[in-house]
Amino acid sequence: MFATKSVADDLAGAAPIKGRSLWADARARFLRNRAAVAGLIVLLLVAAFALIGPFIAPWNNEDIDWNVLGNVAQGGRPSLETGHWFGTDALGRDLFARTVQGTQISLLVGIVGALISVIVGTLYGAIAGYFGGRIDNVMMRIVDVLMSIPYMFVLILLLVVFGRSLLMLFIGIGLISWLDMARIARGQTLTLKGKAYIEAAVATGVRPFTIILRHIIPNLLGVVIVYATLLVPSMIIYESFISFLGLGVQEPLTSWGALINDGASEMNNGTLWMLGWPLFFFVITLFGFFFVGDGLRDALDPKDR
Amino acid sequence: MSAPLLETRDLSVTFKVARQGGWPWSPPRELQAVKQASLRLEPGRTLGLVGESGSGKSSLARAIVGTVPVSDGRVLWRGEDIVSMDTAAQRAHGRHVQMVFQDPLDALNPRMTVGQIVAEPLRTHFPDLSKEQVRAKVGQMMERVGLLPALINRYPHEFSGGQCQRIGIARALITDPELVVCDEPVSALDVSVQAQVVNLLQELQREMGLALLFIAHDLSVVRHISHRIAVMYLGRIVEVATASELIANPRHPYTKALIASVPIPSPKAERARHRPVLEGELPSPMSPPSGCVFRTRCPIARADCADATPAVMNIGNDHLVSCPYHSSTEASPL
Repeated sequence: MFATKSVADDLAGAAPIKGRSLWADARARFLRNRAAVAGLIVLLLVAAFALIGPFIAPWNNEDIDWNVLGNVAQGGRPSLETGHWFGTDALGRDLFARTVQGTQISLLVGIVGALISVIVGTLYGAIAGYFGGRIDNVMMRIVDVLMSIPYMFVLILLLVVFGRSLLMLFIGIGLISWLDMARIARGQTLTLKGKAYIEAAVATGVRPFTIILRHIIPNLLGVVIVYATLLVPSMIIYESFISFLGLGVQEPLTSWGALINDGASEMNNGTLWMLGWPLFFFVITLFGFFFVGDGLRDALDPKDR
Repeated sequence: MSAPLLETRDLSVTFKVARQGGWPWSPPRELQAVKQASLRLEPGRTLGLVGESGSGKSSLARAIVGTVPVSDGRVLWRGEDIVSMDTAAQRAHGRHVQMVFQDPLDALNPRMTVGQIVAEPLRTHFPDLSKEQVRAKVGQMMERVGLLPALINRYPHEFSGGQCQRIGIARALITDPELVVCDEPVSALDVSVQAQVVNLLQELQREMGLALLFIAHDLSVVRHISHRIAVMYLGRIVEVATASELIANPRHPYTKALIASVPIPSPKAERARHRPVLEGELPSPMSPPSGCVFRTRCPIARADCADATPAVMNIGNDHLVSCPYHSSTEASPL
């Protein structure tokens, strides 16, 4: 601070010093959190399973192994010799290939749902909170109205009326997923709005939308990311529940919920692997997301600990 | 005489406060933050604005900068009304008037580097500048406020309070403004750093010909930097005079009390002097007293003070005071 001119001149020629951004600090804190890193590794492995699985599976997910069809409880056991590493389902289809496909669909649903909520919810909430007044009132009452509709009911109706398809599932989940996020983003925006740097930008003459994009959204992002990582598993659970009811994705597509449903109905026939494998992936993924979410929260909000 | 750089004429700022527990349609209460404030500021001069907390200093400053809506009156910039300008013109006007804030860390976006923060007004008003030009200008400005240009990629949380205030000043000066509104720029800083920042502001004022509107509740700081001082109480400007005149010859009873409250750094002198201590609290700006708003705490208040708002009197030497009994010193029998 008291650097004399000559020192300043010496340093002026030097390369600018790289600052440590808050993001870099948060990354360092996250990487020190063992549970969170373990969760992240599990998630990466599950993602790798979903991406690489189709290329290493010895069986196609739609082909029926006629050799085991009448005798699934014995011939359909998980074994390395038959190539059914996870066993087969009740129809003699390879469970490994089916689980890979279920993982793809479930992760896709979870990530698409969270993405819609991050993009739509954050922008919506930031706009409502920043402009305030009547705009805020109208926008948030719309959210209240949408929230008061029982979403499961709407989702089921959508799937029944427009037919069961992946697209409808995305639309249904997208409709509900952003509501909570909009509220969270609005609340955070209201606290940010009082900051002097927002006022400085207004006084300088920066346009409102530039302020939202440059000053508000980057400061919201910490909270939003944490909430989004916790939202992915809840989206997966929604989808699983819908599929468990038999309304989700349509055969031959499948998802974790559908596989768990199939496995659960065969529980009494001594073929527990049909339930066990999808359940295992379902549970470790949820745990992975929860640990990563917790780790992100601790990393991004060091004050809250 | 040419128009002054900045002039406010009967400027009022009113906030609407929703009634607690009222119906959504019940009319909000009105909070008069500033009422009929008239000020003049010449180019290159400093106007100090003092008053206790809640006296409306910040609201007046924000109305001038344009972040708070003006409910009545006019803000003239070189004789041209800012309030009636359209939004685009007001935004463009932001180039000429910049602001320095009280809490230096709160005024800097924690997710942006110092370079980005200082460059923001440039990018807003001169979008045609190339990256190199912006970078060079930011570097020059950082050097000018006493920061090493090599720190351009650092983040605000890596700086001390005084340094953050310098960053804030650099951001305010990058567009070559003619007026900088300083809202208590030193109240959140250590005393030693306060002096540095005040001296920096004075130095920059001389070099760049800036006009300053300097707000503080600390009269000793304002006296040091200002050419003229305006005293505010409950949203009204009660006295305006040149700095030396106001300190040596305060006329309004509130100004007298304010000056008497400045401690003298000598225990003996401090004990010996007579201090008219103000009693009571600042009345609520939601329901200000009738007539002269100061009468509830005024040592020389009379019965007729409650009747009408006192007119502003020029008692010579460009010394304005809004108290008809400013020459009487004795308490009335009331």
